[in-house]
Amino acid sequence: MSTDTEPRPGIAGGTARRDLEANRRARRALFGCAAITVLTTLAIFFVLIDNAASYFFGARITEMLLGASAEQKVTFTEFFTGTRWAPDHATPAHGALPIIFGTLAITVGAAFVSIPIGTATAIYLSEYASDGVRAKLKPTLEILAGIPTIVYGYFAIAFINPVVLAPIAEALFGINIGRYSMLSGILVVGIMTIPMVSSISEDSMSAVPDDLRNGAYALGATRFDVSTKIVLPASISGVFASYILAVSRAIGETMAVTLAAGFNANVTANPFSEIMTMTAYMVSMARGTSAVGTVEYQSLFAVGLVLFVMTLTMNLLNDRFKRRFQEEYR
Amino acid sequence: MSTETDDPLFTEIDLEWEHLKNRLFLGVIFAASMFGVVMLALLLLDVATDFYVGVTEYDIGLGEFFTRDGSRREELAGFRGAIVASIMLMVLTAILSFFVGVGSAIYLEEYAPDTRVTRLIEANLANLAGVPSIVYGLLALAAFVNGIGIGPILIAGSVALALLVMPIIIVTTQEALRSVPDGVRNGSYATGATEWQTIRRVVLPAAMPGIMTGTILALARAIGETAPLIMVGALFVNRTPFGPFDRFSAMPTQIYNWAAEPSQHFVHLAATGIAVLLAFVFVMNGIAVYLRNKYETDI
Repeated sequence: MSTDTEPRPGIAGGTARRDLEANRRARRALFGCAAITVLTTLAIFFVLIDNAASYFFGARITEMLLGASAEQKVTFTEFFTGTRWAPDHATPAHGALPIIFGTLAITVGAAFVSIPIGTATAIYLSEYASDGVRAKLKPTLEILAGIPTIVYGYFAIAFINPVVLAPIAEALFGINIGRYSMLSGILVVGIMTIPMVSSISEDSMSAVPDDLRNGAYALGATRFDVSTKIVLPASISGVFASYILAVSRAIGETMAVTLAAGFNANVTANPFSEIMTMTAYMVSMARGTSAVGTVEYQSLFAVGLVLFVMTLTMNLLNDRFKRRFQEEYR
Repeated sequence: MSTETDDPLFTEIDLEWEHLKNRLFLGVIFAASMFGVVMLALLLLDVATDFYVGVTEYDIGLGEFFTRDGSRREELAGFRGAIVASIMLMVLTAILSFFVGVGSAIYLEEYAPDTRVTRLIEANLANLAGVPSIVYGLLALAAFVNGIGIGPILIAGSVALALLVMPIIIVTTQEALRSVPDGVRNGSYATGATEWQTIRRVVLPAAMPGIMTGTILALARAIGETAPLIMVGALFVNRTPFGPFDRFSAMPTQIYNWAAEPSQHFVHLAATGIAVLLAFVFVMNGIAVYLRNKYETDI
């Protein structure tokens, strides 16, 4: 608007009305921006369900509405309980259990790495570390969080698997591991989710009022007692929120697990064997030229839908815990 | 010690054990804290040595590396196309996400009434931030690449990345707006300014450093994202893209291509590419931290 150059004589009707009109227009436009974020979620839902329908029923929902016939190609029982996953094979098998297992194995394993280490780091930062140490340790962990996942993938395939795990497997179990292994994926995803657990847990521990700590110290408690019996219980919902966030991140993690754990869809308890997660399957399909309408292309969205529902559940849970935490110490 | 005190109240407590427990605990959690640091050091060291070995033993000339496009032949492969594509992607992503992201944040902080709709938008935002990046790739693939049929071009990749970083930009902008004291706003209102005039001439200039910091951090995240680009189809393209409507392969996808090759030469090319990618990421983070420190105390 040009109102800023001309002198404004008090509440001259014309300019004031124009300014208010500009304000209303700006408000509408900005609301439009905010609405885009909601539209994004709706679009994700729509695209995933629409295309996943073509995998299960042979036609997209939009095509069905236009009169395409739908017959069930893949049953949900087969999809969720079948133990062979090869939708692009000459004799196709549609059991997604092996890749769902792969994702869960990496997620649970990584949680065993990131949760203890992340929580311990958070306690150290919040209760023990001097200001000087904290000023160095926190930015270092932020760097760890800022490194692209593809770099972690490289770290797994070029260092963790061949240099760390291969000699151990060889010496202790006499197993010759290939380029990929489940344990390598677990370790690398665990490492990359440590900063998430530690930073959010530390935030909620720091938010615990000092009165609670001082009360315990006055009773003769050591720092150990205060950390484990006062601070940790008081901040538990924030700490849990950080765990859920780390788990959710591990479920959706793609490049690191693809380069670390590999492309062999199978259910196994051997940590040195190659497995495939849902995300790794999606990458392997995108690597080929999967054209629209092929079963490979459709399966991408079926798997993507399962992935999305899993992370959505985690995010809603996380939201729940976070809100409870905010209520406690506001 | 404590067991020999006369006071019957403390006879039950072994103070020495309590202190030992405290020290042991400190040792354990200090070691755990160092684990992350050690892993970061190992990761950087691994990339650095592989980069060094690549240059010395595999004759990866840095001059050729920066001036050649990718290639199926390992001795001819370079990184120029990927670097150019990544820079173009960042510019497009910034344009697509900045205005919408900042606009949403302004609406939510300055205008939005406390209604169900507002709470829905806020809750949805928290959710979007947790959606795996690969799902944004699927969205761009189905809606843009095949939906409106633009094919696996740069614009499609930047749409996926822009949607991916939008929640980050919105949240950091909200924080920046919140840090502008209400007194500043009220001073503006007192002169008869409308909300929009106040935002444009008072609040936004004051919040700009914070907004820029958040945007740069978001772009530093976007430049390393691989999965959405792979979903969109940014693989196996070697030449430098001409513009936003050309097919492309960016830095992270090129690195993935090389790292997945069995040949050691390609693996060392990947390490060299990672060194370049990390340089980009660290410089962007550095600029963001510099901006934050420089303007932190202004208001």
